[in-house]
Amino acid sequence: MLELIDTYWLYFLVGQYPEGPLGGLALTILLSGAALVLAMPLGLMLGIARVSTHRAIGLPVGALVQLVRAVPLLLVLFWVYFFLPAVTGIKTSQTATMLIVLVVFDSVYLAEIVAAGIRALPKGQLESARSLGLGYGQALRHVVLPQTLRHGLPSIVNQLVSTIKATSLGYIIGLSEVSFVASQINTLVFTQAVEVYLILALTYFVLCFGLSRLAFLLERRLQRRPVAAT
Amino acid sequence: MIVLDNVNKYYGDYHALVGITERVEKNDVLVVCGPSGSGKSTLIRTLNRLEAIDGGRIVIDGRDIHAKGVDVNALRAGIGFVFQQFNLFPHLTALENCMLAPVRLKRASKGEAREQAMALLDQVGLAHKADAYPNALSGGQQQRVAIARALAMRPAIMLFDEPTSALDPEMVGEVLQVMRALVRQGMTMVCVTHEMGFARDVADRIWFMAEGAILEKATPGEFFANPQHPRAIQFLADRNRH
Repeated sequence: MLELIDTYWLYFLVGQYPEGPLGGLALTILLSGAALVLAMPLGLMLGIARVSTHRAIGLPVGALVQLVRAVPLLLVLFWVYFFLPAVTGIKTSQTATMLIVLVVFDSVYLAEIVAAGIRALPKGQLESARSLGLGYGQALRHVVLPQTLRHGLPSIVNQLVSTIKATSLGYIIGLSEVSFVASQINTLVFTQAVEVYLILALTYFVLCFGLSRLAFLLERRLQRRPVAAT
Repeated sequence: MIVLDNVNKYYGDYHALVGITERVEKNDVLVVCGPSGSGKSTLIRTLNRLEAIDGGRIVIDGRDIHAKGVDVNALRAGIGFVFQQFNLFPHLTALENCMLAPVRLKRASKGEAREQAMALLDQVGLAHKADAYPNALSGGQQQRVAIARALAMRPAIMLFDEPTSALDPEMVGEVLQVMRALVRQGMTMVCVTHEMGFARDVADRIWFMAEGAILEKATPGEFFANPQHPRAIQFLADRNRH
């Protein structure tokens, strides 16, 4: 097993980089991070739109949420990779494809977390902010969202953990993220499948568990600033 | 100062406010009382447009506040509203609660807002709790902070929607004391309350409401000594029995 690590650690970490495109664990982390950074503001906007009292805004977002939630990520991945280029004539790279799909899924799931948080907040919070003369946007930004996001932090972290794991679906379209690289190594070595996939599993575990712990610590720090009882 | 002209409101088929035509003068203290479900809260919430109305007009300082094109935020900034459930912002300290609106609405710099918030907390007797979060305060203290928060916008009118109804009995006094001090300063106030002692002592006018209509309006002297409407007589008799 040590020999295995000694031979392939660099390939595992960065793929064929710098000779080829960046891959391996680095690509997995970059993709997850980029997806969340892009999906966070989108999810916030969609979540706010979802609770809008204007039906022209709320309904289409609601429909989008229902649609995306009811379709497997893998299927959307196929669509974007095989179907989209056929329509647009532009071939999207595996990395871009994966990023698009992750951002769409993340923003929709984050939107639901945000919307649920806003709905769960006592009505009096928005009313008292508005009765002081704050506009709807100001009331959201300074009163509603700070509480909503704190409530929703565990769910948001959950979503990030899911994102990291979902990048492994890129394997199907030949994206050289860490699962793909691991299976390549397995093909090369051939006799050490258990070891290779054990290392892969451990890698995901360390990444996701570490993130959960980090979020837990953050949550404890934030708990000093309480939120409204629901 | 506040003129209500044939105000009507419906919740579906239910007639919540029935042709209310009244006025409140500047510096007056008006107490609205009546059995629950009589439309008192609905009425007071129409005065800063937390509730819409379906007919009639409400004119404050010569402006029809429910008309199209009225800047609802500017309107509300000039009218303090105190809720039954306090509704303090739990993620902010008492001081920050009193600073948020003045700072965000650019009425004051952060320094000025802080100074003013401290003065207001001092006025409600809670300067020593400035850095406390709402969940560390008793109900009575929370409501006093809520009053200070509303005063921070320097409103011309204060509206109180059953400000003591959610409080333990021993905390009612401290909130009423703060309200009495406001009365002495000449604040124009509309209070929905069941505190008949407060009404008797400080109200200039009392409106008695039932089923969405004002059945009786009188001075406290007249109202308590010699109520006219059978529903008002019944209401006061029920109160005295407790």
